[in-house]
Amino acid sequence: MRQTAPLAADTRPWRDAGATPFLRIQGVGKAFGMFTAVDDVTLDIHRGELFCLLGASGCGKSTLLRMLAGFETPSAGRILLDGQDMSAVPPHRRPTNMMFQSYALFPHMTVERNVMYGLLREGLGRAAARERAREMLRLVKLDGFGARKPHQLSGGQRQRVALARALVKQPKLLLLDEPLGALDKKLREETQFELVRIQETLGTTFIVVTHDQEEAMTIATRIGIMRDGRIVQVGEPREIYEAPDTRFVADFIGSVNLFEGRVDVAAGDGMRVVTQDLGPVTLRHVPGLTAGQTVWVALRPERLALGHSEPDTPNRFRALVEDVGYMGQLSVYRLRLPGGRLVQATLSSRAMDDAPISWDDEVWVSFAPAAGRVLTQ
Amino acid sequence: MKRGWILPVLAGLGFVFLYAPIVALVVFSFNESRLVTVWAGFSTRWYVALVNDRQILQAAWVSLQVAVASATLATVLGVLAAFVLARLGRFRGRLLLTGMTAAPLVMPEVITGLSLLLLFVAMEGVLGWPGGRGMTTLIIAHTTFCLAFVAVIAQSRLRDMDDSLEEAARDLGAGPVRVFFDITLPVIAPALVAGWLLAFTLSLDDLVIASFVSGPGASTLPMVVFSKVRLGVSPDVNALATIIIAVVAVSIAIAGVILYRQARRRDQGG
Repeated sequence: MRQTAPLAADTRPWRDAGATPFLRIQGVGKAFGMFTAVDDVTLDIHRGELFCLLGASGCGKSTLLRMLAGFETPSAGRILLDGQDMSAVPPHRRPTNMMFQSYALFPHMTVERNVMYGLLREGLGRAAARERAREMLRLVKLDGFGARKPHQLSGGQRQRVALARALVKQPKLLLLDEPLGALDKKLREETQFELVRIQETLGTTFIVVTHDQEEAMTIATRIGIMRDGRIVQVGEPREIYEAPDTRFVADFIGSVNLFEGRVDVAAGDGMRVVTQDLGPVTLRHVPGLTAGQTVWVALRPERLALGHSEPDTPNRFRALVEDVGYMGQLSVYRLRLPGGRLVQATLSSRAMDDAPISWDDEVWVSFAPAAGRVLTQ
Repeated sequence: MKRGWILPVLAGLGFVFLYAPIVALVVFSFNESRLVTVWAGFSTRWYVALVNDRQILQAAWVSLQVAVASATLATVLGVLAAFVLARLGRFRGRLLLTGMTAAPLVMPEVITGLSLLLLFVAMEGVLGWPGGRGMTTLIIAHTTFCLAFVAVIAQSRLRDMDDSLEEAARDLGAGPVRVFFDITLPVIAPALVAGWLLAFTLSLDDLVIASFVSGPGASTLPMVVFSKVRLGVSPDVNALATIIIAVVAVSIAIAGVILYRQARRRDQGG
């Protein structure tokens, strides 16, 4: 496995316990009548981060973002931005700006007037505001579009105007609500990198709300996964994917095969878990587990190896190929275990060139002890 | 799909039913004869007679002033009422305000007129204002019932409007009042123009309420026409009616075009 090169500590301040966070969300909650939208969220975000709040619709991520912008008042807790309590600050006095999911471009103003609007409210002169607006439109590659009205632009162009308008006041914190949600797939992928480029150019702290896990994985420095108003795990994309804390996170990010089992014995630096579907499997030792405890073994599909001949590893099983999905560079295999359980495996299509595996083949499935992650909840 | 002949025929009958009386009126307004129902050749003499009729010109002037004033007042008040109802969420008395704003839409005009008359008489007794009935009372009365129409149009437009437009403006540093004048008002402006035109025509058309609240010297055009017709229909009334129809039709057409263009722009996602 290729390790990413270790970066200097100052580029990943969240790894440094002594660093002072830029934005501190402390025990923040929001209730609408009987419904709790956000429940006791505590989160620290550092300067220059591109933090993604990821979750299914209705998980409270947008409400949290709206509290940061000032459109909702927290029912509990407080929000500190750069050491300053934001609770009593109305939205138009906050050093934050927001990019709305609908873009919310003012339909009666030209693109340039849209971008200038925030600067004029700040008291900046018309000429200076126009200059700054043009500069910002150049950054989002829209120079020459200033005189158009929003309805004369394509969806992608509107998205960039919205971004320029939110960035032009140089906010301390930029809040983005599903910034790529309204774009089609192809454009979305291009725009992801564009967004990261702009964020790195300006060094502004971004908080992005999204329900698209691929998008979050691609752009984020860190991801906070939300469920039912709570943050369930915070981590770098790689951490979240490779080391999920819970079955929910493992299943929410990417696909996963989960096997329920009991801890049998811990032997040396390895341990054994007896699962219902696979029988005993050998895994890396996890501290803090007791014999007999119920655990779940999470196996990513790409961590499974398939072969016609019996492999030399303790974790090997027979399975029947039930379905093969060819997806170009990858192939997805659906395998039926003797007990009837379905397992998913993903292999590089090239790896299969020599010994193709096809429908109804009896194959060996195997995985290394380090490939499985043991989850307790 | 084959359309067949039934649909065009039914549509034709509908048009005849709706427009035949108006067409007849317009045609006979160009009648040479003094007898309203006998065609005696084309002439514009009744239009000339109209222009020389001081009473009618006077009434037209009153009607125009009342219509412009009450449409303007109704638009201002209607927007405020609509804004409160569409944006302020729940508050004490919301239901009452909703009901009272919509009441003139369903209230028989006779009752509206009578209640306003009683109010004006009582107010004069207590406050000494408005001194007698005339233009002022007419404007107040017409504002009251036109307000309902403006409020309904403005409210539906405010509901359609993306809330995040106003939030975006606040986010960019505009205070609530600034947001209203910079964003809300311009965005709903086309609906307000349409509302104003509708209020204008409603005020111009009204006979019943005007009859209750108007006083001597402030007869509106419909009042004069009505009193003339009671003495027998004369062809100059046809000519007058034709002009009124033209004015009203043009206003409504403008309002329609504005609302249509706005809806189309919205569909394009502007």
